[in-house]
Amino acid sequence: MTIPLRLTLNGQPREIDLDDPRVTLLDLLRERLGLTGAKKGCDRGQCGACTVLVDGRRINSCLTLAASLDGAEILTIEGLAEGDRLHPVQAAFIAHDGFQCGFCTPGQIMSAVGLIREGHAGTDPERIREGMSGNLCRCGAYAGILDAVQDAAARAEHREDAA
Amino acid sequence: MRHFDYIRPASVPEAVAAGQVPGTAYLAAGTNLVDLMKGGVATPERIVDITRLPGLSAIERLPDGGTRVGALVRNSDLAYDPAFAKTYPMVAEALLAGASAQLRNAATAGGNLMQRTRCQYFTDAVSPCNKRAPGSGCAALGHATRIHAVQGWSEHCIATHPSDFCVPLAALDAVVETAGPDGTREIPLTAFHRLPGDHPERETDLRPGELITALRLPPEAASFRGRARYLKVRDRTSYAFAVVSAAAALTFKADGRIAQARLALGGLALKPWRVAEAEAALAGQAPSPEAYAKAADAALAGAKPTGEANAFKIELARRVAIRALNQAAAGTPARIPALPASPFGIV
Repeated sequence: MTIPLRLTLNGQPREIDLDDPRVTLLDLLRERLGLTGAKKGCDRGQCGACTVLVDGRRINSCLTLAASLDGAEILTIEGLAEGDRLHPVQAAFIAHDGFQCGFCTPGQIMSAVGLIREGHAGTDPERIREGMSGNLCRCGAYAGILDAVQDAAARAEHREDAA
Repeated sequence: MRHFDYIRPASVPEAVAAGQVPGTAYLAAGTNLVDLMKGGVATPERIVDITRLPGLSAIERLPDGGTRVGALVRNSDLAYDPAFAKTYPMVAEALLAGASAQLRNAATAGGNLMQRTRCQYFTDAVSPCNKRAPGSGCAALGHATRIHAVQGWSEHCIATHPSDFCVPLAALDAVVETAGPDGTREIPLTAFHRLPGDHPERETDLRPGELITALRLPPEAASFRGRARYLKVRDRTSYAFAVVSAAAALTFKADGRIAQARLALGGLALKPWRVAEAEAALAGQAPSPEAYAKAADAALAGAKPTGEANAFKIELARRVAIRALNQAAAGTPARIPALPASPFGIV
């Protein structure tokens, strides 16, 4: 029995026939659709390396059964930049050295994009740390990550003011 | 993960009909269930996916002044709903103290009630565990039990319920609405989770195949909006389960004495721990550290550690209860949470 799925993936409509209901969104992205940006860290919802946006909200793709997402809009790290122009959060991570080995970075960046969209943390460092607590970085690049998110959040607020 | 059949019903009656087959589990966000399935702790043969069911995602203010929260309302949507957070601030505070932002964006109100204990001997899928494998024994007793119960445990199971959300819900007399093959039913939240007794495998009052459709807060719950707090103490500042927590809410009379008090404690037992004597001890009293201490003592009456490792939780819970009452008396902060996560530095 296959499970038909219609998804919008990084802006593109996709139709997928899922042959196994056990497939998580993370495994669908990485193993079947060739999008290896979202990383499999713990695969148990503890590290945040698999963070993507579903219907505009950041979630752990490793704990989400793909079968339950019929009709959803999914944004992964691969869909963030516009051509060669980096998303402001990506640019901020580079500017502030928000990584070392890079393994957690796609999850950190997607989580930061979600955090800024949610709009509850602003540029308050304590609220950013709390809002990013679902993303672990074993290299300990937290200081740079915080600076990057603060900077990107400030720029997003500035853009809103200008608009 | 063990193979399962996947069913996606289109309505609540269809879901309930599909849920009657033994070996079936309902899937909402799956933030706990999928994790347990990956670990071989939960092994359902059939999954009934309720994530897209219509009519279960609304937050409704009721004509009587109460509020109904659909079972599929996401934790973050509930916590950040301005009217809900203003009316039930300690519920919002508890929601935002739980898990991570990613998990709160997915996890549902109904699913929160159904989450399983984080007892390591339950989740490792191999240790003797009367909850996971009835009759196999309890590996936790006599071993590392820092997170285990000090109230309501039995020789068959010493696990605790991990929810933050359920603690203020218990204090506010929330009601669980369900749909089953015999129609709808209402269960007081305080009677929803069962203490282990001789049957730790029976975790809730739900009947086979019964589905949670909503939670309801009664009209009186709103009267505590001005003086209500949830205080969570944990091993790190964010993204950790409570070692001990307290939901405390007060109303005052015109003369400054306490009219009504609500107090429920988390991290102590397999359900939120609410003691009528503790609340009665506060009614009519002038607010004072001594009055709060008497209430805390009543809430902890009969507490017993399962070993040396968790004996500290009794005194910690007493202090957390007193502090939460003190914070509640000082008034609900304008912003919830007042600080991102740490209980230190708040009134």
